[in-house]
Amino acid sequence: MLTSRTFVKRTRAGAVVKVVREHYLRDDIACGAAACRLCTPAGSGSAPGLEARPSGPASSLCPGPHFLLPDTNLLLHQIDILEDPVIKNVIVLQTVLQEVRHRSAPVYKRIRDVIQNPEKHFYSFTNEHHRETYIEQKRGETSNDRNDRAIRVAVKWYNEHLKKTEDAEKIEVIFLTNDNTNKEKALEEGITAYTCEEYIKSLTANPELVDRLACVSDEGKEIEGGKIIFPEHIPLSKLQQGIKSGIYLQGTYRANRENYLEATVWVHGDAEENKEIIVQGLKHLNRAIHEDVVAVELLAKDEWVAPSSVVLQDDGQNEEDIENEEEKENILKTSVSKDMLRPTGRVVGIIKRNWRPYCGMLSKSQIKEARRHLFTPADRRIPRIRIETRQADTLEGQRIIVAIDGWPRNSRYPNGHFVKNLGSAGDKETETEVLLLEHDVPHQAFSQAVLSFLPKMPWSITEEDMKHREDLRHLTVCSVDPPGCTDIDDALHCREIGNGNLEVGVHIADVSHFIRPGNALDEESVKRGTTVYLCEKRIDMVPELLSSNLCSLRSNVDRLAFSCIWEMNHKAEILKTRFTKSIINSKVTLTLASPEVRFHMDSETHDPIDLQTKELKETNSMVEEFMLLANISVAQKIYDEFPEFALLRKHPAPPPSNYDILVKAAKSKNLEIKTDSAKALAESLDKAESPTFPYLNTLLRILTTRCMMQAVYFCSGMDNDFHHYGLASPIYTHFTSPIRRYADIIVHRLLAVAIGADSTYPELTDKHKLAEMCKNLNYRHKMAQYAQRASVAFHTQLFFKTKGVVNEDAYILFVRKNAIVVLIPKYGLEGTVFFEEKDKPTPKLEYNSEVPSLTVEDTIFHVFDKVKVNIMLDDSNIQHQKMRMVLVEPKVRQPKISKSFFLFIRSNMISQKKKSRFQTHVNIF
Amino acid sequence: MAGLELVSDAGFRADGRRPDELRKVRARLGVLARADGSAYLEQGNTKVLAAVYGPHEVRGSRSKAPPDRALLCCRCSSAPFAGGGERRRRPPQGGGDRRSGERALLLRGVLEGAVLGQLYPRSQIDVHVQVLQADGGSWASVSAAGLALQDAGVALRGPVVAGSAGLAEPPAGPPVALSDLSAAEEAAGGPRLVVATVAGSGQLALCQLSARLHQERLRPVLDAAQAACRGLHAVLDGV
Repeated sequence: MLTSRTFVKRTRAGAVVKVVREHYLRDDIACGAAACRLCTPAGSGSAPGLEARPSGPASSLCPGPHFLLPDTNLLLHQIDILEDPVIKNVIVLQTVLQEVRHRSAPVYKRIRDVIQNPEKHFYSFTNEHHRETYIEQKRGETSNDRNDRAIRVAVKWYNEHLKKTEDAEKIEVIFLTNDNTNKEKALEEGITAYTCEEYIKSLTANPELVDRLACVSDEGKEIEGGKIIFPEHIPLSKLQQGIKSGIYLQGTYRANRENYLEATVWVHGDAEENKEIIVQGLKHLNRAIHEDVVAVELLAKDEWVAPSSVVLQDDGQNEEDIENEEEKENILKTSVSKDMLRPTGRVVGIIKRNWRPYCGMLSKSQIKEARRHLFTPADRRIPRIRIETRQADTLEGQRIIVAIDGWPRNSRYPNGHFVKNLGSAGDKETETEVLLLEHDVPHQAFSQAVLSFLPKMPWSITEEDMKHREDLRHLTVCSVDPPGCTDIDDALHCREIGNGNLEVGVHIADVSHFIRPGNALDEESVKRGTTVYLCEKRIDMVPELLSSNLCSLRSNVDRLAFSCIWEMNHKAEILKTRFTKSIINSKVTLTLASPEVRFHMDSETHDPIDLQTKELKETNSMVEEFMLLANISVAQKIYDEFPEFALLRKHPAPPPSNYDILVKAAKSKNLEIKTDSAKALAESLDKAESPTFPYLNTLLRILTTRCMMQAVYFCSGMDNDFHHYGLASPIYTHFTSPIRRYADIIVHRLLAVAIGADSTYPELTDKHKLAEMCKNLNYRHKMAQYAQRASVAFHTQLFFKTKGVVNEDAYILFVRKNAIVVLIPKYGLEGTVFFEEKDKPTPKLEYNSEVPSLTVEDTIFHVFDKVKVNIMLDDSNIQHQKMRMVLVEPKVRQPKISKSFFLFIRSNMISQKKKSRFQTHVNIF
Repeated sequence: MAGLELVSDAGFRADGRRPDELRKVRARLGVLARADGSAYLEQGNTKVLAAVYGPHEVRGSRSKAPPDRALLCCRCSSAPFAGGGERRRRPPQGGGDRRSGERALLLRGVLEGAVLGQLYPRSQIDVHVQVLQADGGSWASVSAAGLALQDAGVALRGPVVAGSAGLAEPPAGPPVALSDLSAAEEAAGGPRLVVATVAGSGQLALCQLSARLHQERLRPVLDAAQAACRGLHAVLDGV
């Protein structure tokens, strides 16, 4: 089997080392074509590979049956096209695959998923180890040229090899490359080669594919036409030198949401000075896009500017208005005092692009029949993108996704290509998709690779599973959940044991039994981090088979669980704690009148349930208390066992100054709030009641939650402050919801090791990797929360769309310098109300930070004041619909024309959970 | 995680082997005329030379010689040009670095289990192994020493061969046990299991595991390592 071997020499950076590697060439690598009788398929049940009769799309260029063979650049840039279900029977060479792997990890992952999809008939051919397709690098040949040649040799081999199959129909291999020299060389060697554009355009039956072509090839053409707008980017090697020597600074580029001509660069590292650099003006921004890692050069001090407070939106349709731009830039340069100036710089080069596909809408070109259009992303920080499409008419008014391909120096806007149509704007499905994408919530269907790790159905508990497990099926276990809940991850039992004590058990779904560390299922779950609950949709962290069936502790079926069992006396003092993996059979699934309803959507009327009437049920707090207890017990156990790498959750105490606003606000109502400790705070909140103003207590609690910090996951080896402020617990973790939170799975694994039911694996005992994972989990939780809020906001808008203008009571939550933040209890809706507006005379505003109060003309606003507002939907901008409010009572005297104020409101729901549960502290922790 | 991909989706390792395939093996006996027995073994790019002197009278202090069996003296070294980090941080005086010393100790342990020492009471057998080129598989010195002992006509329970195995965990698909790791694969950081067998008796003379390995995965890796030993034995038998 081993035919020959050659030596590959390599030098590494730094010292020159001669590395000798073996390279075996083989003669048993199959070509992957199903019709081929010469090659014996390697191993039974291997990938299906290429079809015997390639059923690709009809092409006018090559009418016969054919396979496609793309080169590296094509694969990197046109992955969107290759992923289209129309494209089938593609040979991906190992050379190409390796190059892709080095150059772009995301594309590599995508192409691998495609190869693994049996319906796409992609085949990866190991040409570098095939005796007849391996070539050595020639003297003077760059490795790029060598790889190009290797690809051509492989194409040639394929063509000759397929001729030998002696089938009636000859299958041709078509080489796709966008590199002209490579194509010419291929044609010289007698290979059929096309550029991607040529091929895709020849697909007569699928004209829509053309739009998805990335327009990288245009770059060459455009250099001639149009004048250069932007300075050149300095190459990476020089940038790195410059960063080392301190000429340039490396940082993350953050575009300004309000002003497209301004951005901030957050410099990496821990330098005290120049942490935040302002970049102003089109030329200085130099084609950087939000989230890119860039190198900036500081300008001389006399060129420094102050952050502008102007709102500027890029609305130019024409590209030739450069002069216009300069005018706009001048607006920014308002004279300001010296101490307002901030370090200012200009972008000299891009270190890493962080482009992703962007959601947005097409701004159709005014010119009829034009194929080039501008695309306006939903995120205002992203510049508009020029795309080429023939379906502008159909895409108008739709939410679409566009990917950026490049930004040539002579182009005002980056070039991109159309990726996907999400559906019409304002549509529920579409908007949900958009908000998921914009909050970076991974929500694609689980890939084949992931699903392959699911247990095979019908599933039953085997002898193997019973190892290390206690049989607790005889216990009367029950679960308590809100109605309609399908992912039940906790259950309880309680019984008297002989000695007069009680045995209480919390049983948690044993998800870590099904999700083994390191496999694709595990990786997908850790990437998702959490299940995201939207108003009408749930984005699962683990596939449904697990979340709603095998892991869900439903009644009257045997389920695997992880149990935490205490022995308690009747005073509820814990005498003994033990943990075990178990098998349980829940006797009954109890439901409770849901206290979690925040926005119960009636599909007919979009009516939200009146949130104030719902009260916390005792059952719920009982379940909660036991879950908290289990979490604390487990946290202590895993920390004792693994002081270096326990995954814990902490909630830092807020700095005392955070409470100032709360104390002041309470004082204005003659109430005292003590904030020295969490306990004192809770007690003083309990006492803070006003007989004439029953809602005051709730308002105070809402205000208190706003003063708090975010709770976060962390690795015990990397931190020394473990305290959980909200729960007043010295240690805490998440153990009880492994179906919807990944952190719990890690905690399960740690606990399983601690009790000897499972073994560790390298990643689990690496605190740096764990810390990294915590960072991702915290990010995912934050994004999930934002997505949730956005979803609620969207549904609120839907609701008010049908209601028209609504007049409601509201309370002032905060008073700001130019606005008040109000809460409308009936809808749990919160909004910021500005007193300044464009094109309207500004009323006289006077802000007193001591009380705090805001005087608008003659009217004084205090925190907790009751006002009346009109709520309506402002849909003047279809991409950014928002709630608008009109202050009705008390009437503010208008400076001039007494037309009602149009006050903007940032809609924001506060969940019932937060309000009522603050005492038992769930949502924010 | 842009490390080395141990096994590609198509089922090939970085050097073109399938997971269960060994590297190319070449061996010669009696390469050194003055030694009582000698062998030269190539496993892939690993090249090892072994020489055996003895059995002869115990040199130096006789007190350390056991009365009932032979005294085995093992020494390992690697050539300055061996590469693979074999001689890094070597003390200036001869005598070998720590790694060589460790290897000598292991080698002695293995050989003591294989040599029928009771046939040579109060005598000494010297085994010297030199790594000429290193490309993973320091265990090749065990196999080479075994060959040299056979060449010297020392009575053995059976031929001694050593092999290794590791575990690749591709992102998609189940973990795969890899036989006969190369240097690049060793450097990738996965677990490595080295096994030495005394072929005739089917017993393990050495079993060394670096890095943690899930208990449930030990079996396939151990099987792969033993298969590597069997494969090597089959080849060496023909020398």
